[in-house]
Amino acid sequence: MKTQQFDAIVIGGGHNGLVNAAYLARAGLRVVVLERRHVLGGAAVTEEIYPGFKYSVCSYVVSLLRPEIIRELNLARHGLEILPLESTFTPLPNGDHLVRWADHDLTRREIYRHSPRDAEAYDDFGQLLYRLAVAVKPLMSMIPPDVASLHPRDLAGTARLGKYFHGIEPSTFYALHKLMTMSSADYLDEWFETEALKATMAASGIIGTFLGPRSPGTAYVLLHHYLGEIDGAFRAWGFARGGTGAVSEAIAAAARSYGASIRTEAPVAQIITRGDRATGVVLADGEEIHASTVVSALDPKRTFINLIEPSALPSEFRAAIDNFKIRGSSGKVNLALDALPEFTCLPGTGPHLRGAISISPSVDYLEHAYDDAKYGAFSRRPYMDILIPSLIDPTMAPPGKHVMSLFVQYAPSDLVGGWNVQKREQFGDNVIDTLSEYAPNIKDIILHRQVLTPWDLERDFGLTEGNIFHGELTLNQLFFLRPASSWADYTTPVRNLFQCGSGTHPGGGITGAPGRLAAQRILGSRWT
Amino acid sequence: MTTYDAIIIGAGHNGLTCAAYLGRAGFRVLVLERRDIVGGSSVTEEPFPGFHIDTCAHRIHGLHPSVTQDLSLNNHGLEIQHPSSCVYAPNLDGPPLTLWSDPARTTAEIQSFSSHDAQQWPTFVTFMAVATRFLRTMYDHPPIQAPRPKMEDVGTLLRLARRFKNLTKSDRIALLRLLPASIADVVDERFETDILKGALGAAGINGIMQGPMAAGTAYTFLHTHVYSPPGAIRATLFVRGGIGGLATALTSAAKRFGVSVRTGAEVQNIIVKDNRAVGVALAGGEEITARYVVSNADPRHTLLAILDPANLAIGDTRKTKEIKFRGAVAKVNLALAERPEFVGASDEERLHGTITIAPSIDYLEHAYDDAKYGKPSGELFLDITIPTLTDRSLAPNGKHILSATVQYAPYHLKNHSWNDDTRDTLGNHVVETISQYAPNVPSAVLHRQTITPFDLEKDYGLSEGNINHGELTLDQLYFMRPIAGWSRYESPIRNLYLCGAGTHGGGGVTCAAGYNASRVLIKHAKSG
Amino acid sequence: MLRTTPFHAKTAPICQAQNWRRWAGYVVAGSYELNHDREYYAIRSAAALIDVSPLFKYVIRGPDAAHLLDRVVTRNVAGSSVGQVLYTPWCNDAGKVVDDGTLSRLDDNVFRLTAAEPNLRWLHEHGTGLQFEIDDVSDSLAALSIQGPMAREILSTATDSDLSSLRFFRLTKATIRSVPVTISRTGYTGDLGYEVWLDAGHAEVLWDALIEIGGPYGLAPAGMLALDIARIEAGLLLIDVDYVPAFKAKIEAQTSSPLELGLGWAVKLDKGHFTGRAALLEESNRGATWKFVGLEIQWDSLEKLYGSVGLPPLLPTEAWRTSAPVYSSRGAQVGYATSGCWSPILKKYIALAHVNTAAATIGDRLLMEVTVEHHRKKAEATVVPTPFFDPPRKRSFTP
Repeated sequence: MKTQQFDAIVIGGGHNGLVNAAYLARAGLRVVVLERRHVLGGAAVTEEIYPGFKYSVCSYVVSLLRPEIIRELNLARHGLEILPLESTFTPLPNGDHLVRWADHDLTRREIYRHSPRDAEAYDDFGQLLYRLAVAVKPLMSMIPPDVASLHPRDLAGTARLGKYFHGIEPSTFYALHKLMTMSSADYLDEWFETEALKATMAASGIIGTFLGPRSPGTAYVLLHHYLGEIDGAFRAWGFARGGTGAVSEAIAAAARSYGASIRTEAPVAQIITRGDRATGVVLADGEEIHASTVVSALDPKRTFINLIEPSALPSEFRAAIDNFKIRGSSGKVNLALDALPEFTCLPGTGPHLRGAISISPSVDYLEHAYDDAKYGAFSRRPYMDILIPSLIDPTMAPPGKHVMSLFVQYAPSDLVGGWNVQKREQFGDNVIDTLSEYAPNIKDIILHRQVLTPWDLERDFGLTEGNIFHGELTLNQLFFLRPASSWADYTTPVRNLFQCGSGTHPGGGITGAPGRLAAQRILGSRWT
Repeated sequence: MTTYDAIIIGAGHNGLTCAAYLGRAGFRVLVLERRDIVGGSSVTEEPFPGFHIDTCAHRIHGLHPSVTQDLSLNNHGLEIQHPSSCVYAPNLDGPPLTLWSDPARTTAEIQSFSSHDAQQWPTFVTFMAVATRFLRTMYDHPPIQAPRPKMEDVGTLLRLARRFKNLTKSDRIALLRLLPASIADVVDERFETDILKGALGAAGINGIMQGPMAAGTAYTFLHTHVYSPPGAIRATLFVRGGIGGLATALTSAAKRFGVSVRTGAEVQNIIVKDNRAVGVALAGGEEITARYVVSNADPRHTLLAILDPANLAIGDTRKTKEIKFRGAVAKVNLALAERPEFVGASDEERLHGTITIAPSIDYLEHAYDDAKYGKPSGELFLDITIPTLTDRSLAPNGKHILSATVQYAPYHLKNHSWNDDTRDTLGNHVVETISQYAPNVPSAVLHRQTITPFDLEKDYGLSEGNINHGELTLDQLYFMRPIAGWSRYESPIRNLYLCGAGTHGGGGVTCAAGYNASRVLIKHAKSG
Repeated sequence: MLRTTPFHAKTAPICQAQNWRRWAGYVVAGSYELNHDREYYAIRSAAALIDVSPLFKYVIRGPDAAHLLDRVVTRNVAGSSVGQVLYTPWCNDAGKVVDDGTLSRLDDNVFRLTAAEPNLRWLHEHGTGLQFEIDDVSDSLAALSIQGPMAREILSTATDSDLSSLRFFRLTKATIRSVPVTISRTGYTGDLGYEVWLDAGHAEVLWDALIEIGGPYGLAPAGMLALDIARIEAGLLLIDVDYVPAFKAKIEAQTSSPLELGLGWAVKLDKGHFTGRAALLEESNRGATWKFVGLEIQWDSLEKLYGSVGLPPLLPTEAWRTSAPVYSSRGAQVGYATSGCWSPILKKYIALAHVNTAAATIGDRLLMEVTVEHHRKKAEATVVPTPFFDPPRKRSFTP
């Protein structure tokens, strides 16, 4: 049994694990990343499931990959290219449609067609959210303080948080408070009257959550779109050339360039603890690797329930992790297509297909989809966020052919009776049936179909309950409560064991932010 | 013509409380009430000869202790009854559950359902006491002016900090997680018995257009417990002789302090000069001047209907319009020829508090599902009281009164409106629902009074029929109540104050809002 | 595709320059000819035809229409007479300008408001408790501006109405080739001129009629480039350029009050409540911190700066819209110019600038940054009253 010595072990080669490893290696640490699968990237992978067609199997858009990560790790030099998504196209059952374009005037005109008042409100809304995004941005790159602690060190953190809030304009603070506590439907009702517009905007607030558009706490995700704008990111939503896996590959290449070792097919079976500290890991085949720092990029349940002896953790912390909600709510369908889909409401292969296609005709539609899931069924009429990546990056499919990515919600992890192969295919059929109501030719052009339910996401990608964000993004699981109060600063009750996955602040999506902040915390710089 | 120091618009319990305190401080006060009786929504009326019915609010959860004491309400005839039973929850699929005001008795009761839950109960009760005590510090004072507290907030801030400091760390964490949580999550984390979870969950949705799975409903639950007797969960208290007795006692106390109360005096307009309220104009044309005008009416009615909205800045108009009211509650009052026989209620004592038809969280959530699409619930959540069981004076000998709060009866119906037909349908539906649990009720009904949200608006002046003068949801609480920037009982119009349930402390019959408002006003008057 | 205006079928074939500009989601001609000189001179010496259809236009009617508008705009609407046109800004609660436009009283209870930005929602928000309705006629109403010394003669020939008695900022109904139109004596050039308002369906008829009748008088279609120079000479504000509308401002400091924009004359503080009044009242008592002034850049100073590198003054031929710092004669920055141009008629280099009130009164000498051969220099500039060019014909009429 050979033993190797490293400064740091990063468990899990997802994008956050890789970002963390890259920063640690960049700071001079000897780092090894241990990935269970044969490919890197975790949920950010590109795989050729069907010959000639590349699927961004799970995660499919790059929303808020921190520009500072791209800059600091020189990701462009390592092959990262993010192409903008041009539009959001919402086909409607009544034969109409709504498209929000990259161009302001075009979007205003289009919304005006549905409601002159909404066209006007849309700009004002944008202004407000821009202001809020500016206000919120410091929080996104702040290591959460422990506000429940009275330790002087922690009080200083709480005081800094207080000072931060004190610095916000009251009107901005109030607007922010509303945004954080309201449902996206209620929030948007204050501004708009066009159902398709409200629903399509609200949809971004429910992605990956087990909440409906009328659930309080869904409004704040509306900010995400605007956060991109102030970040100097070209546009909030983008597609990585080569698929989402290309993001992981670029980060991995950066990490390697700083000297990190990256091992695939190296599943960690256990974190070794000695006394109150972590000293290394044991792989499934029995190999032990030791290091003075162990970082887990896995979700909190996997890290603290599967990999650690319960006795190594205080019971209160274990209870907190038990209560950490991680219900999966979404599925994914990937299609290889012989041709492009033809939407009845907007025929042809125009630019509307080059962006997101959102099946979100009304708020009630989304809410009904949620109702099904609430009681343990997949949505009969699901919300879908669809992309045709091959239109943006022709290398994703053979010439003239296409790949289509369908993010589908809701697919509850705790399906009544449980998931099985048959139910997975029913779920897939239901998705195609729903899409065919808008694009009737879809059934004739499918060459291959891959269906992923929360069950598959857990089994294949190690996402507990198939939750794509490593834990729900609800109000009581955010910031200093993510994943548990007192342990939201990337540390854990086990000394030298850290966490850096989406289950920590600021949460899910391909942002790399948890990985980077965790590295900062590990490297001892509390505030930057 | 007399000039007053203060005119109070509306003789609800908060208006009267405020009036009494102002009178006590030496103000010359005039209370103007539109109806012919005082009490607002806390009235006892005699819609059917011999039956003295609490037509609108029919129970309290506890009064602000200072109010009872300072105004010697007991000397003015106020007698609060504390039934030993808080909640009786009948169940069609199993045995009923009673929550007693004595925690030990409740624990014993729960034991027959689940020993796990029985074990959890005392911890839950203790934690709720901790949480409500913390909240009471907030409720006893005007809200802190977040995000930039002022000098006058220092005292409250220090008191809150001290309270927070005195909690154990795990209580602090639990409190932080509790405030933004859903009541469903709170009870799911602790209990396994459906009927128990339903009975608790019901208190989280009282009067709001949200289901128990909505974030923020844990807070709504806490709100109803702030002034409850310690240890009692869902305490149900009655005013002897009917809830109108509270207003009568307050009026009597106020008069002792020289306050004049005029009924049948509808205020049509608040007279404003140079952005300063200087008096009111009555429906008959009479004008009465005063140094201060205090409105007990809800904020929207006050600022947009009684006040000419042209006096408001557009931002404040916008905020006032955005207050979420959307009443969710109807009221059904029955005059009964005999005592209702609830199946499983082995002894009458169990029925002395609230009888809650809320057999599970899912039941409540389903009830909400209907309401969110603009329909009254197919299966109704009911909070029933039979005040005649403990107060025989309310009805003719041997006869009884049954009062039911009916949820959800959405103010905004889709495809329908509230009229005689829909009102009757609702009334029938309520009686039918009750009959499943108390089969003798339908044949015992002598009279029925159904009050829809539309009636609540029309007859009781509650905007959109909201019994709390604005939803008690996270986005409309504390420094956000009634509107951001005007949470300290002042309004955008100088010398116009608000003291109703739409302000902080309000919602439910506690008198806290009126109490806080009076103290702010007295302080302002003293400092010129 | 961006929208085209009702005149597009006429303007597109003659737009030799293929110079198209965006305006409120429409495309309009920047210049028709390869060089916009002739279009500018048409405005000042003959007459020019300018398509101004992209303006937002609302018709407000109802018993409380005047009351509603009085809550919104800073000028006194109730006190206006039928047939009168008011130029007016309107503000937010903080008294900062949201937009500006013209308000025409078409009848006792019927008004038409033009705006640079959509304002439908804003108008409705002011309507709590009032009886009125608003038609958004932005698309259905075409607007064609005819500006220049010959404009009256041309229009008089085209219509049966007598325009000689139509006063500045008044309007009249008329027919042109049996098309019913409204003619207002308004414009964005500071010259004699009219704007013709009509149903979009008849736009091409009007265009043809005016081109045909106006040809012999030297009428020429003019684009935005020529108009931009004319409006600077006239000292007229351009939204997004000379001021940031309050709703688009990213920070408070970007906003301007009407008092800071030289529009104090249009703010009627004594007319009763309107949005922004409280803030403006306070500002008016305190005195505005900023003022909006005309700058005349001294030619000899320019000659000296350019001369030092061996060049005569080389000035841009188009109006510029980039911000140029303005300094006191001692060199401290006291403001910034937001637009400027070489005025072909005045033979002066002129600019519109925001300056600290304390720093500038008429006649003061300031310095404005100019770039001379890639180097930043400071040219001497005199604070002058606007309009820079104000011909008597603008207001003249036959009583």
